[in-house]
Amino acid sequence: MLTEIFIKPFADMVEAPDFLLQVLWEGLVSGILYALIALGFVLIYRSSRIFNFAQGIMVVFAALTLVGLHAMGVPAWVSVGLTLLVMFGLAVAIERVVLRPLVGQPDIILFMATIGVTLFLIGLGEIIFGGENKVMITEELGIPTGSILFEPWGGLLILEQKDITAVIVAALLVVALLLFLNKTRMGRAIRALGDDHQAALSVGISLQTIWVLVWFIAGIIALVTGIAWGARAGVSFALEVIAYKALPVLMLGGLESISGAIIGGLMIGMLEKLFEIYWGQPLLGGNTETWFAFVLALIVLLFRPQGLFGEKIIERV
Amino acid sequence: MFYRTAGQFKTSYESDQALFPVRQDAILLAVILVFAWVIFPLTASEFTFQTLLIPILIYALAAMGLNILTGYAGQLSLGTAAFMGVGAYACYKMVTLMPWLNPVVAILLSGVFSAGVGVAFGIPSLRIKGFYLAIATLAAQFFLVWLFEKWAWLYNYNASGAIQVPNLTMFGVYVAGPQADSWVQYYLVLAIVSVMTVLCINLTRGNLGRTWKATRDVDIAAELIGINLMKSKLTAFMVSSYVVGVAGALFVFMWRGAAEPNLFDIPLSFRILFIAIIGGLGSILGNYLGAILIVGLPVVLGTLPAALGIPISSSMVEHINVMMVGGLIVFFLIIEPHGLAQLWRLIREKLIIWPFPH
Amino acid sequence: MKDTQGYLTADGRQIGGVLMEMRNITLRFGGVVAIEDISFDIREGEIRAIIGPNGAGKSSMLNIISGFYTPSNGEVWYKGAPRPLMKPYEVARMGVARTFQNIALFEGMTVLDNVMTGRLTHMHAGLLSQALWWGRARDEEIANREVVEKVIDFLEIQNIRKTPVGRLPYGLKKRVELARALAAEPSLLLLDEPMAGMNVEEKEDMSRFILDVNDEFGTTIALIEHDMGVVMDLSDRVVVMDYGKKIGDGTPDEVRGNQDVIDAYLGVAH
Repeated sequence: MLTEIFIKPFADMVEAPDFLLQVLWEGLVSGILYALIALGFVLIYRSSRIFNFAQGIMVVFAALTLVGLHAMGVPAWVSVGLTLLVMFGLAVAIERVVLRPLVGQPDIILFMATIGVTLFLIGLGEIIFGGENKVMITEELGIPTGSILFEPWGGLLILEQKDITAVIVAALLVVALLLFLNKTRMGRAIRALGDDHQAALSVGISLQTIWVLVWFIAGIIALVTGIAWGARAGVSFALEVIAYKALPVLMLGGLESISGAIIGGLMIGMLEKLFEIYWGQPLLGGNTETWFAFVLALIVLLFRPQGLFGEKIIERV
Repeated sequence: MFYRTAGQFKTSYESDQALFPVRQDAILLAVILVFAWVIFPLTASEFTFQTLLIPILIYALAAMGLNILTGYAGQLSLGTAAFMGVGAYACYKMVTLMPWLNPVVAILLSGVFSAGVGVAFGIPSLRIKGFYLAIATLAAQFFLVWLFEKWAWLYNYNASGAIQVPNLTMFGVYVAGPQADSWVQYYLVLAIVSVMTVLCINLTRGNLGRTWKATRDVDIAAELIGINLMKSKLTAFMVSSYVVGVAGALFVFMWRGAAEPNLFDIPLSFRILFIAIIGGLGSILGNYLGAILIVGLPVVLGTLPAALGIPISSSMVEHINVMMVGGLIVFFLIIEPHGLAQLWRLIREKLIIWPFPH
Repeated sequence: MKDTQGYLTADGRQIGGVLMEMRNITLRFGGVVAIEDISFDIREGEIRAIIGPNGAGKSSMLNIISGFYTPSNGEVWYKGAPRPLMKPYEVARMGVARTFQNIALFEGMTVLDNVMTGRLTHMHAGLLSQALWWGRARDEEIANREVVEKVIDFLEIQNIRKTPVGRLPYGLKKRVELARALAAEPSLLLLDEPMAGMNVEEKEDMSRFILDVNDEFGTTIALIEHDMGVVMDLSDRVVVMDYGKKIGDGTPDEVRGNQDVIDAYLGVAH
């Protein structure tokens, strides 16, 4: 039993390094998508102290809208544009209808409101688009669908081109976001808001504008994630589950840390895959990906309550 | 004028600490109890028992358990359904391993198991706060549901992977399983839920309740005035998970009749959180009000189109339901963030001074 | 220093032996030294003040006394024995109660419940008894309610008994906080800037309550305060801190005459 836990998995890794690479690659692809979603959370949390549970359903909603529009005969890239428009409308609506009346309420109330939004969007999405699984319009968007083969150490490593595309697009999006946050006035305002609400407001930044903007960015992230994940697993409400994965990423990386979200996302993506393949499936009956990330984050936090990248908290009275 | 409290003087601390120091409250409660114990059971149809009366009580109890943890002790939990599952599976194992066990005893004992698991998953709360803790409770949620699926011993190696409630009798009457009558189950649920409610009220208004609320409001100050935060939080997890576990056992044994692991998945956790929050965090009454709304609303929505003669598919009704519930949550949070219980409190205050405006 | 006889105050009260003694206390946060090698004692029955300009380390000192911070060096002696390392709640259970500079009342509770929390170190009924509201739990609720009501009478807050704390004005909140600390019947009462943010009238009220508490119950009081005038009138002995060091210790008159103190604090107009 002990050898099966402590020795055999590592022996397997060494024995078939090409397979190990394959597993890590798969983990990396998931991880970068987790990181993207976590980034959406962080942006919204930093600028409004809202723990946005609707991030997951926004992914589904964006993907459904895109596929739905295309099914109605709209050309693929026009659909993308229209979907972005819909996500912008959603951001405005959420700001107007939900956030503005609830300004200043306790965190948990705002959190609940985002769960309310989640349910609303689930219902609405099912009514408009139906609940059945749909196929992402991968080819129509010009995303390559072939795969690239490598033969390291005489083994075999398969990289799907759509995954490579996803990684590249996600990385570009992250870079663009970082540039936006660091180099533009609006971006700096968002970061300032995270550090000190009152101070940020006192230098004349409109909260409403920022909120709409931040939710719109979250919407863009949702669309990219939706396309990338939809290309791998189809578009359905089950997609929402991947958004839950962003939560342990946030625990590890911190609710307010942008770099934490990225590093945490990649770490969790790869570790959960490794665990599932080398420990979960042989020893635990598989499907450990549903909980592994949470338990990992929980254990890390038990020893480092400030998260992996946070500073030690000095409590004051 | 009906709710005037003037002239009701208290001459001892004991009478001031009575459960219902205001006479009208006691009368109102008596009326409600007469309805619950006599009028509803006499008049309710099978449909009403199964879609309204029994689930409202069980959901209210589950929300009460969550409310103790989140509303009173301030520890946000998103894993309620998993702890209901622990209660349900524990109860299932007990009645199948020990068929001679009295079903009510089994149900009450199943809470002990969920309390134990609850304390174990409550330990992180000593170091993790706020949303981080909420995410940590999701670890319990996902891990436990996975366990319900993978640990075949829990469901007695059924091929279906689900648990089926066997026929159980108490004093020669079927109380659970396919043979049981709805009205019998209703009375049983009502009795258990009523007793648990009284116990919860007592706990939350006494020393432990104050300890929890202090922990919730300012934890550092609470520790500095002599509260052992670890003990305070873990008792909250323990009591809460006990109540939730019993609710879970009732949920499967007195209502659903069978359960698959994914029944205890995250949507159920959220549903109970809605009930607690829309009802009012930090309130016992609120859990009932919230349960009536969240359980009752879909029933009303489901029967309305048919009653009005509008042809609508059942899946459409379901979707509209989900959407409406989402919308209502936002709506209620906006009009009264402290929930229905607070709304009632305000109405009552107005009634007491009526007809004067202040 | 180490005598047990105590002394007689200017207004003729007998002060007893040493209740708490800080011995060579040093407190560091990382590289920052908040308190450097400070010693002083607090005697039974006296009103002891710790004063100093902002950032002098007063609050840190109070936090060490109440067990919230652990000193990097030095010992805290309490009731004649060195106090082992303990959690804040254990310190509270040994008879140290306190108030807070930025009021830390439990906003979700009524005044009565807030003050009742001051009694929880005196309540020991078990879970079952509390759940049933029967036996020990009920007796304790009634007995402790009586103690609490005495404190409420004493501080003249009867009429707001059942008001949620959140609705009270600032000055009353400060008083409720004092009530909560008093309800614990502490051996040592710590007041963290009890007059902060109050107007003249409220300050006078608070001063009167502090003196009355000391007078009626004989409670030992240690307070830190920014407002010099009030402190000098109230206290029997004063410790003066500046930049984490002790620069003066003695009766208000002695401290007033101390050149270091004048330079550091009194000489500065504000």
